[in-house]
Amino acid sequence: MSTTPTTVSTVEPVSRLPVDEAFKRHLRSRHLRGAVWKRFFFLANVVALLALVALFLNVVDRAFGLVATEYTVPPESIIEEYGFQVDSAALQALESNETAEIDTSSTILLENLTSEQLVTILQGELGGRFRVIIRDNLSAIIDATFTSVPLSEAFPGLSLPEGREDVTINDLTPEEQAQLVIDNLPHSRLVDITIEQVLQPRIVGSWSLGESIFNREAVIEQATVNHPNAEVTFRNWVSLDFITSSISSTPTTAGLRTALFGTLWVVLIAIAVALPLGVGAALYLEEYATGNNWLERLIQTNIRNLAGVPSIIYGLLGLFVFVRALGFFTSGQFIGINDVNGRTVISASFTLALLILPVIIINAQEAIRAVPPSIREASYGMGATKWQTIWRQVLPVAFPGILTGVILSMSRAIGETAPLVVIGASTFIGIDPNGPFSKFTVIPIQIYQWTGRPEAEFARLAAAAILVLLTLLISLNATAIFLRQYYRRKLQL
Amino acid sequence: MENELLQGQASIEGARLTAAQRLRETVGRETLEKHPRPVDSFVRYVMLFCGLVSIFTTVAIVIVLGNEALRFFTTREFVNTNKRLAEAVSAEQTTLPVAASGQQLEAGQVIRIGEEVMRITEILDAETLIVERGIDGSAAVEHPFEGTIFVGNDVSPIEFLTNTVWQPQASEFGILPLLNATIMSSFIGLLVAVPLGLGSAIYLSEYAPQHVRAWLKPILEILAGIPTVVFGFFALNFMTPVLRGVFGQDTVQLYNVASAGIVMGIAIIPLISSMSEDALSAVPRSLREASYGMGATKLETALKVLIPAALSGLIAAFIVGMSRAVGETMIMAIAAGAGPRLTFNPFQSAETIAGHMVRISTGDISYNSVDYNSLFALGLTLFLFTLVLNTIAGAVSRRFREAYQ
Repeated sequence: MSTTPTTVSTVEPVSRLPVDEAFKRHLRSRHLRGAVWKRFFFLANVVALLALVALFLNVVDRAFGLVATEYTVPPESIIEEYGFQVDSAALQALESNETAEIDTSSTILLENLTSEQLVTILQGELGGRFRVIIRDNLSAIIDATFTSVPLSEAFPGLSLPEGREDVTINDLTPEEQAQLVIDNLPHSRLVDITIEQVLQPRIVGSWSLGESIFNREAVIEQATVNHPNAEVTFRNWVSLDFITSSISSTPTTAGLRTALFGTLWVVLIAIAVALPLGVGAALYLEEYATGNNWLERLIQTNIRNLAGVPSIIYGLLGLFVFVRALGFFTSGQFIGINDVNGRTVISASFTLALLILPVIIINAQEAIRAVPPSIREASYGMGATKWQTIWRQVLPVAFPGILTGVILSMSRAIGETAPLVVIGASTFIGIDPNGPFSKFTVIPIQIYQWTGRPEAEFARLAAAAILVLLTLLISLNATAIFLRQYYRRKLQL
Repeated sequence: MENELLQGQASIEGARLTAAQRLRETVGRETLEKHPRPVDSFVRYVMLFCGLVSIFTTVAIVIVLGNEALRFFTTREFVNTNKRLAEAVSAEQTTLPVAASGQQLEAGQVIRIGEEVMRITEILDAETLIVERGIDGSAAVEHPFEGTIFVGNDVSPIEFLTNTVWQPQASEFGILPLLNATIMSSFIGLLVAVPLGLGSAIYLSEYAPQHVRAWLKPILEILAGIPTVVFGFFALNFMTPVLRGVFGQDTVQLYNVASAGIVMGIAIIPLISSMSEDALSAVPRSLREASYGMGATKLETALKVLIPAALSGLIAAFIVGMSRAVGETMIMAIAAGAGPRLTFNPFQSAETIAGHMVRISTGDISYNSVDYNSLFALGLTLFLFTLVLNTIAGAVSRRFREAYQ
């Protein structure tokens, strides 16, 4: 009985396991296979990294580059038409410098004109629209009442024509209007307005950063062949102008300000709604729950399931509940605003609040769970009530973790597009959102909108908007990391 | 003796009294018994309410989707056929002369002329219909020459699931083209995301030295944090040109499922990677050490010991990734194309369920229109799809968590 196994063990290994050379070969091949697969596993991460790099490069590539601009009205002809003297020295400088580009050349030509001359051109070319220029650039009142209020009210703090403080803008003579503008607008701004309103630059071709750097000659040649009147300049699509101008249908003047305000309003209200709800729910589940109650289990399972629901479904929920059923409240009708429907900032905020609630709850739960029980017990031992313990001990210690969750969910809310499209965010609005009951658009929706346009210039606007969005997200996350470190250190002291 | 005792008792009683008095002076009550704390119990209910909000949300989603989708399946939409009456028709006449132009009609269809609804009982030829007049409570009346014929479509759930054309304007409501594109793009996405995500997880949990890990984890987190609309831009402006360069401009359309699917796969890598890494690191050390002790290499340990041991967690990661892919919206809406099409060629454009929903709701969508109602039917389909996937993932991962505790 006991001898059989020993005989087996002496015979079997010899026949089954490879020996010497065969063994070494086998071992080598096993190690080789291991090394190859290790490379593959590493490569998987490299692919992710490369995708990230390609994405950034692709966006940057489109957000900067050469553009060919053509003026609807060439600067020389307008100056000649009004009989002004073109500074011969400036012209010579332009002619001698062959690489001079259209933006600079027109700016030089116009900068040589006086403010009075510029205003004469503006008045002559724009006629009645000159008042719109005055309103947009000088007035404190930006709506239709502008033409019916006294000057002292429309232009507080500006130098007005003598003794005309109580009349309206329409009562001023053209000369007085001109004087108003000359006295109050800086010369450089007048040059900009003249270029934008009178010369009306149009982008007739644009190239990516890569082409602009590595293939500059070919690009310029192509531009001169296709658009002989245009000149080529380097354009930074993410300029300050882009961030501060409102939406426009022409790529040269289109900006992100309206969408930026929309994003801020929507996300801040969403956080303000979701944070108390989320922390409350987390506190209930962690501090009050007994652990064997069906309701608690249901809430817990439900939160996990909600986290997996596609965001567009929240959009449908928002469309029906907030936009349609509660339209009376979300449109602001109940406080007397009645020009819009329920497709407002507040509907979007509530929709996003529901969307980010699971993220906030799950993070807050983890943060609360990580608070050592000794802190709670010490607090109870000192005679504190449950709520005093939570408010004065648990929440401060859990704060950094909760904050992380808030910022994570904020990043999610900022980038969310589909639910807002579904609840009916506007794609084109002229007025900045100025409260919970106004129409809105957000940055991702503008990106979606611009990406869908066939013209290459809109893809560049989209790239510029993406850079703004990513900057926003990265700075948010950096803040989160900083705050977390700061509070952690503070709590340790 | 007895006197002393009595005195002692009296002094103890006195001490008690003074203690009670002292309590009253300091705390304001005579006993330390539990007493009602209105703030605390109020707070408790407030927090319970916060917890219930998530339940309300789920219930609201189910009710809204169910109710509106039901409306989609029960309301009859009438669509203009561009077919007109060839002659004026009296109130009794059941044989309708019609123009041959316009949309083809079939026996059994419900049509509407003016306010009157009728059912086609027979089609004699392209220019003559035999109908049953005045059904559905409408009155049989006279109709003038050139009265326009509208055809009603009852979208039955069966038609919804089996029709191969989605064309709301022509009253064709078959989800198959949308579903097909959704499944195809998810498949492509998972084909990219699962090997790469799993590979990344194995590297991070088994091979990566601390300093490499410290670099790789944030990169994956950044990738996970990039909004999907940006990935859509990337798909359209980077992946599509790359695919067109590789396979030729003629094979690959400008908007195509493959490019959107691949980029979606890249977008899901971080999710699959982090879930798989969690599953792998939950495998006890002893299993690894036993495997190394038997002389296995790192690769053999990873493939033959860790992956089987963490299988349920990995499957859960896979299913959650699938649910993410099915619900993915913006990448598809931007890069996969507009217009539902039943195609199995990934280089052609096709629209997914979510992508279609975004497209039809861009701009103001009017309530009770065909688009509005179909939006909710599509949403319900998507919701059920992901709910089933998430429930399976939850069940699988619960099993996995029990395995080593």
